[in-house]
Amino acid sequence: MAEENILSEKEITEIREIYSHFPLKSAACIEGLKVVQKYHRWVSDKALKELAAILEMSPDAVDSVATYYSLIFRKPVGRHVILVCNSMSCWIMGYEEILAFLKGKLGIEYGETTPDDRFTLLAIPCLGTCDHAPALIIDEDLHRDLTPNKLEEILKKYE
Amino acid sequence: MERPLTQHIKNDGTWLNLKEYEKTGGYQALRKALSMPPEELTTLVKDSGLKGRGGAGFSTGMKWSFVPMGRKAPTPKYFVVNGDEMEPGSFKDRLLLEENPHQLIEGAIIGAYAIQANFSYIFLRWAYHRAAKAITQALQEAVEAGYLGENVMGSGFNLDMSLHISVGRYMCGEETALLNALEGKRANPRAKPPFPVVSGLFGKPTVVNNVETVSNVPHIIVNGAEWFLQLSKSEEGGTKLYGASGRVKTPGLWELPLGTTLRELLEVHAGGMQDGYNFKGALPGGGSTDFLTTEHLDVPMDFKNVEQAGSRLGTGTITVLDDKTCPVGMVRNLEHFFAQESCGWCTPCREGLPWTAKILDALEDGRGKMEDLDILTFQTRYMAPGNTFCALAPGAMEPLQSALKYFREDFEKHIHEHTCPWKS
Ligand SMILES: Cc1cc2nc3c(=O)[nH]c(=O)nc-3n(C[C@H](O)[C@H](O)[C@H](O)COP(=O)(O)O)c2cc1C
Ligand code: SF4
Ligand code: FES
Repeated sequence: MAEENILSEKEITEIREIYSHFPLKSAACIEGLKVVQKYHRWVSDKALKELAAILEMSPDAVDSVATYYSLIFRKPVGRHVILVCNSMSCWIMGYEEILAFLKGKLGIEYGETTPDDRFTLLAIPCLGTCDHAPALIIDEDLHRDLTPNKLEEILKKYE
Repeated sequence: MERPLTQHIKNDGTWLNLKEYEKTGGYQALRKALSMPPEELTTLVKDSGLKGRGGAGFSTGMKWSFVPMGRKAPTPKYFVVNGDEMEPGSFKDRLLLEENPHQLIEGAIIGAYAIQANFSYIFLRWAYHRAAKAITQALQEAVEAGYLGENVMGSGFNLDMSLHISVGRYMCGEETALLNALEGKRANPRAKPPFPVVSGLFGKPTVVNNVETVSNVPHIIVNGAEWFLQLSKSEEGGTKLYGASGRVKTPGLWELPLGTTLRELLEVHAGGMQDGYNFKGALPGGGSTDFLTTEHLDVPMDFKNVEQAGSRLGTGTITVLDDKTCPVGMVRNLEHFFAQESCGWCTPCREGLPWTAKILDALEDGRGKMEDLDILTFQTRYMAPGNTFCALAPGAMEPLQSALKYFREDFEKHIHEHTCPWKS
């Protein structure tokens, strides 16, 4: 019995639409990975292989692109991804206190997901909002001028 | 004081939509540009003295003039806006991307027309979600109004412009690596020559310009080269988005004449240091620039003068180091960033940056030895310009080499006291 495909018809159509604009199918590699991630939160080995077949690339070639970029997730992530800016200005303005608070509150380290699948904690370089440091992003929301108290309130919004 | 780039920004949480932008005179520059021969536009931009605001400061008009023109030129050509902005301490393009997307789009249409490109991309970093929304909406409005697409404003010129959202890698900001990313590949830099202006995206002539650079273009077209030159306080034309972060009273971003001094930025615009903190140094324009210190406070912040002071204007957004923050810790934070973001293509950078970061870890933990300072100095020469494939590694050495020069006793204290003096 054939195994069920991970990528839906809808996803495949989206990926085809992307490469139709380019001289080569492989030009849709990054965008294709983004489509997969949009529907599955992360890119599993199986999804990666299916994408490779659509783009007429080897799975290794797709993986070498996937692993190069820090925002393509090759491991499962939780319902909400917290990206903490760990760069210079945030470091000067109290990054370590923010990180210690988060780690204590969630009981996880960088790269880990809470057991209830609620949060994944990751570091990200400068978010381009250094005048409001320290800063972080949860999903698509930017939170700035952080203090542990403020962060306590912010986390409550993400179930 | 004129602030062409930012004067119409609303500060009410919404960006300038098409109607509002048109009310400020928006798209009049495009109308004028389309009535001029493309080469004349390039000459006008060259005469204005506009230098690229992405860090390297190369003449924009000159760059455009290297693109093959005429009926025998390869097609298609591409005009790409670099909105990757991932250098620690830099936050200027974000404002223009989020608050005035049409100004950028109009500049990009004019740039594309000047080099006769029929395709244009705005390359944006993933973290700028609000900018992505603003640009998506603005692109749609521009197409509906006939500023983009087939037969732009009835001129016979066709232009397709799209937004490309990156998936996170500092290297994507380097112009040849950016082209690889646009082609769906790993963002490794390409060998130069050939330069992108001759062989860029998919092997075709491509101009890559920074967001702030492109946003200046409509104003130059409407007001002329002379006007642009007189905006600045120095021989290099225009205004500059300057910013400050760190322990200053009012961190922020300001559009000021190019050539404003570091002192004015710090004392007037950033409001001086926070109470209880003193100024120790500053990186003038992002994590890949050399420290300036109190002796440089009167340096005009333009490309030439900052270079003469031993650093680079870079992005013009300064990061302030105060006397209660460990300079070794600050440099260590930066070297970890650069080590992580190295693409691994060439050995000096791939091996040298993690080594550098590890030595700085040892110093920070009080495990450092005097020889470590020699090794760090050696690294700055080993990764000097010309020794690596791209400018990432030499850029990474700039804060380190200047910290070793100006804050040497702080490094030595770590070694003698076997701990970070700022922690005890
Ligand atoms: C590692 C690295 C990262 C860079 N990142 C950016 C960036 O985020 N934005 C940018 O405009 N230029 C960046 N640059 C500079 C570009 O390579 C290029 O010089 C610039 O986009 C050209 O535009 P301009 O002439 O308008 O300044 C980077 C360069 C290097 C070496
Ligand atoms: S200097 Fe670093 S980032 Fe640049 S090509 Fe070499 S390894 Fe890659
Ligand atoms: S250093 Fe954190 S936003 Fe720039």
